[in-house]
Amino acid sequence: MGPKKRVSIRINGVNYLHEVEPRLLLIHYLRDVVGLTGSHIGCETSVCGACTVMLDGAAVKSCTVLAVQADGAEVLTIEGLAQGEDLHPLQEGFWECHGLQCGYCTPGMILSAYQLLLRRPDPTEEEIRRAVDGNLCRCTGYQHIVDAVQYAARKMKK
Amino acid sequence: MIPAPFDHITPVTLDEAIRALTSHGEEAKLLAGGHSLLPLMKLRLASPKLLIDLSKIPGLAGIRQEGDKMTVGALTTHYQIESSELLKEKCPLLPQTARVIGDVQVRNRGTIGGSLAHADPAADLAAAMLALGAELRVRGAQGERWLKAEEFFLDLMTTALSPSEILTEIRVPVLSGRCGTAYLKLPQKASGFALVGVAVWLRADGGLCADIGVGVTGLGAKPFRAVRVERHLRRKRLEPALIETASAEVTLRIEPLGDIHASAEFRAHLARLYTYRAIVEAARTAGISLTKAKGK
Amino acid sequence: MPVSKLVGARIKRREDPRLIRGLGHYVDDINLPNTLHVAILRSPHAHARIKAIRVEEALKCDGVVAVITGSDIQEQIGPVPVASQNPTLRVPKHPVLTVDKVRFVGEGVAAVVAEDRYTARDALDLIQADYEPLPVVSDPEKALEPGSPVIHPEWPDNVAFRWALKQGNLAKAFKEAYKVVKQRLVHQRLAPIALEPRGVLARYLPGEKELTLWSSTQIPHILKTQLSLMLRLPENRLRVIAPEVGGGFGSKLNVYAEEALLGYLAIRLGRPVKWIEGRRENIQATIHGRGQIGEVEVAVRKDGTILGLQYKVVADIGVYHQLLTPGIPPLTGLMLSGCYRIPAIGIEVVGVFTNRMATDAYRGAGRPEATYVMERMMDRLAQELGIDPVKIRQKNFPKPKEFPFKTATGLVYDSGNYQAALRKALKLVGYEKWRSEQKRLREERRYLGIGLSTYVEICGMGPSAAMPAGGWESGTVRMEPTGKVTVLTGASPHGQGQETSFAQIVADELGVDLDDITVIHGDTAVVPSGIGTFGSRATAVGGTAVFQSAEKVKEKAREIAAHLLEADPEDLVFSDGKFSVKGVPKKGITIQQIALEAHVAKNLPKKMEPGLSATSVFEPSNFTFPFGTHICVVEVDPKSGGIEIKKYVAVDDCGKVINPLLVDGQVQGGIAQGLGQALYEEVVYDENGQILSGSLMDYAVPKAGDLPRFELARTETPTPVNPLGVKGVGEAGTIGSTPAVVNAVVDALTPFGATHIDMPLKAEKIWRLCQGKKAARAGGGR
Repeated sequence: MGPKKRVSIRINGVNYLHEVEPRLLLIHYLRDVVGLTGSHIGCETSVCGACTVMLDGAAVKSCTVLAVQADGAEVLTIEGLAQGEDLHPLQEGFWECHGLQCGYCTPGMILSAYQLLLRRPDPTEEEIRRAVDGNLCRCTGYQHIVDAVQYAARKMKK
Repeated sequence: MIPAPFDHITPVTLDEAIRALTSHGEEAKLLAGGHSLLPLMKLRLASPKLLIDLSKIPGLAGIRQEGDKMTVGALTTHYQIESSELLKEKCPLLPQTARVIGDVQVRNRGTIGGSLAHADPAADLAAAMLALGAELRVRGAQGERWLKAEEFFLDLMTTALSPSEILTEIRVPVLSGRCGTAYLKLPQKASGFALVGVAVWLRADGGLCADIGVGVTGLGAKPFRAVRVERHLRRKRLEPALIETASAEVTLRIEPLGDIHASAEFRAHLARLYTYRAIVEAARTAGISLTKAKGK
Repeated sequence: MPVSKLVGARIKRREDPRLIRGLGHYVDDINLPNTLHVAILRSPHAHARIKAIRVEEALKCDGVVAVITGSDIQEQIGPVPVASQNPTLRVPKHPVLTVDKVRFVGEGVAAVVAEDRYTARDALDLIQADYEPLPVVSDPEKALEPGSPVIHPEWPDNVAFRWALKQGNLAKAFKEAYKVVKQRLVHQRLAPIALEPRGVLARYLPGEKELTLWSSTQIPHILKTQLSLMLRLPENRLRVIAPEVGGGFGSKLNVYAEEALLGYLAIRLGRPVKWIEGRRENIQATIHGRGQIGEVEVAVRKDGTILGLQYKVVADIGVYHQLLTPGIPPLTGLMLSGCYRIPAIGIEVVGVFTNRMATDAYRGAGRPEATYVMERMMDRLAQELGIDPVKIRQKNFPKPKEFPFKTATGLVYDSGNYQAALRKALKLVGYEKWRSEQKRLREERRYLGIGLSTYVEICGMGPSAAMPAGGWESGTVRMEPTGKVTVLTGASPHGQGQETSFAQIVADELGVDLDDITVIHGDTAVVPSGIGTFGSRATAVGGTAVFQSAEKVKEKAREIAAHLLEADPEDLVFSDGKFSVKGVPKKGITIQQIALEAHVAKNLPKKMEPGLSATSVFEPSNFTFPFGTHICVVEVDPKSGGIEIKKYVAVDDCGKVINPLLVDGQVQGGIAQGLGQALYEEVVYDENGQILSGSLMDYAVPKAGDLPRFELARTETPTPVNPLGVKGVGEAGTIGSTPAVVNAVVDALTPFGATHIDMPLKAEKIWRLCQGKKAARAGGGR
């Protein structure tokens, strides 16, 4: 086992300092060390996107990032998206448009959509579908997810 | 899901990284975006004892123009390439290719250098590198050298990099004049990797194809430049029949891969078809009217 | 039902606020102090003798607490159960960890228990297992051939069971036929891929002698009963909790080896233990769906009237039966006649052991196979006879007035109007317009195809006589002293939204605010009894149980109100949650006030028990039979083999609709899975029993960019089977969509002489079919 490394990561606006094994994956760090279990794990091959979080402003699959790679970085997880009781427009959209069923893929899906709206505030349906190609949903058939992202885009434009 | 234990260092200079690489030999691996290496490590198909993280070395990422060349740092992410206005103007084939790699999260994190050094036989960017005749800058204990893309890919997951060398940047030409480009791929449905991908750039001179580059990925054990196809079309007036004959040569002396997603025979067919379609598309964007040529 | 406000309304879900904030608790999100982590060593061989397992090195590993092999527990844990029965069924003993041999890739060989998951994973690599490979039986048809390797020595023919059904005069039908059309049809193996893999957390309290098991399951109550038998624990000391469950699709409608193993380990080690399945484990060791190879023959008159149908199926069982494995192919048999009048029918199923993971219920479970057979054949017949595929379907539909309609297989379809759904779908899609577009494009050597599927399926799983473990469901409605309403249901959901739809039912019945209702499910210590959510049964059976309990609560409240208002119960009217005397609307009492009175119990009618709650167990007298028409329009590129879905229309009839938003979601998700089967998905085993599609890098689940926008509509034909009139909609999309897509692609390629293409419709298959064959109306060229 390699020596533990010290990592300092700001997550949802809070600073965390831990000693971790270099091999610790960011998703396990978030879930098992910090206790933020909103991001999920749905595969081990970087396909499903259930573990998606924002790392320094970019959506990443946190199962394919080492915690040591996030040292000094800023992370946003699903738990940090709402401002107190005020839901983010994307969260609202997913709720209003029934964009989730079992909910397992939802945190990752919402953060990929969040990435999209940062880059393209007024996306077409095709752009939305392409933007969540790295996130599998087995329940919804994606149609209500597209509706949810459109809802959020409209709301954020106002 | 869980990699075997390893140590992790973050050198701040290239020399430091090269020294670490030299002293640890095969036990060490370079870590860029991690999107080729970490998936292998999670499945324990690779279990290096040391990861040399390049992210803290300044100057390895970025896109700039140097005269008639575009320089892309090895740690430049696929997303940076995809979204670079400079590249869209000077060498659009790169962003066109980068935008169809994997998915957003992969493009945010994966790097051009990591992808090329990993040498997956179905990687997208390799096709563009070959089509463009890219030059790859490599640093090692013995100093620096430049490799042509054609010399770089040796075999399945094997490159011309020696164990202590680091790929630092990639140089591609600025596409000047009436140029057209296209990258077409048929993605494997599950992984998104190319069953076959064909990258083409060409320069038009009237109705003539003044120059052309064709790079192919997914077909064989390594991505390759389709020199025969290029030769068949260079300085020729482009017509569908000619492009078809030329495209048929893409599979000559290539041993296509076969798997559950596509047999060798089908991959070969796809390579011919996509070569044809990519050339037609590149000709169209270069402003060559093929239907007119067909009419005569 | 009284005039309703909420039932039928697009109410957004009440489970969502926690899920969109990442605050839900799936099994792996539950952390108990001192928990140990379990990793399982799985067989890399499809068939091999275990010569030796050496665990010493693994045990020496820092942080490893125990390493268990099959021989350590064979006396302690009973076999993994099968519930579906039939007279010829052969049941091999299915151990929790195998002992002497491995029989499929992924079978559990040993388990490591360690202080954390990383250590448990590391220790797996230190277990040395020596195998002596044995001949493998991978292909189910080859397994039946004489001289094939044998999986279970006691049954050298590899036959797991035989099941047959014959009705009417088949010989006469085939003799009188104008034509007999034959077709071989393959329903490939599929992996359900619930996005949350399976997971188990178990805790034993030695003082209380109570084992609590959190599992990602669709059937907590059935699991509790079965675990008590496997672990030989008193059932009343066992509590199963299905917390948030991240999708099931049938894959969690089961009792798995790991659930018993974890229960055992928690007791033995005296600490909580957790096991979370990886995705590759999930593809190896969670049940698969489908896996049928059929030969069908249909006898038909010149005008398209079907006279008879004969179907012979080889069903790929795998090595062992899981809970419902042998029940699935017979369900295909029962539903085979689809929505058509077929006077004579014959079905022969042979279930075959293979060195593969067990097949079992996957979304649709037997019905997609039946619908695919019938709907593919309707198009084959239409093609052979030169009749429009719409007309031949219409010709063989029973008329609406013929319902209840008895099928040749002996089922009684509750209600239906197949013509209406078909007409609506044709109109919605613009059928005639697409047919002329198809003609026009063919002149340009472009290949458009229009595919129909008119399906009927079987839902609302009950009555008990037809079910292996009870066909009822329980529902409790309890008014708390403060007027809040607690609803308990045994139909534990995993994404279907019962917390919302059941609350709608109760809110209307009791006239209370939706926000005052909480629906609790998935905990056997809280919900008195239950069966589970599967077979599109939750609303039809579980919803009805809840509805009936709400009615009972209301009736009791009426008696209390009458007592308090000093009026005859008959003279009371109930409106907006308030009882008042007819003609005196001002004088009244709310149901919340009654709830308090019922609990303080100082002024109740004589002999009335205090409290205001009721429990009902509803068992339907029959299944329900939802139906509909799906139409898919595709364009096929014969050169690349690419398929583009240009339009997709679905008209579904699931009876009365409680929440249209949820129904839309079920249909859309169902269609996506059906398209997945038609176009991409397949668990591929090679001849050595190795899985070649063992991760999501090779097993293709549809992505957002692969799918079109679905246009949905409904007709509404209520069922008489339950008072809500609801039929069920969880699987309709999956059942209806698959043949629509395949029919569309075959239709597109008829100029190339296509009559059938087996699923999945991968590009290469399309290309091969078209290659070399000049289209009837077109030449070559790029």
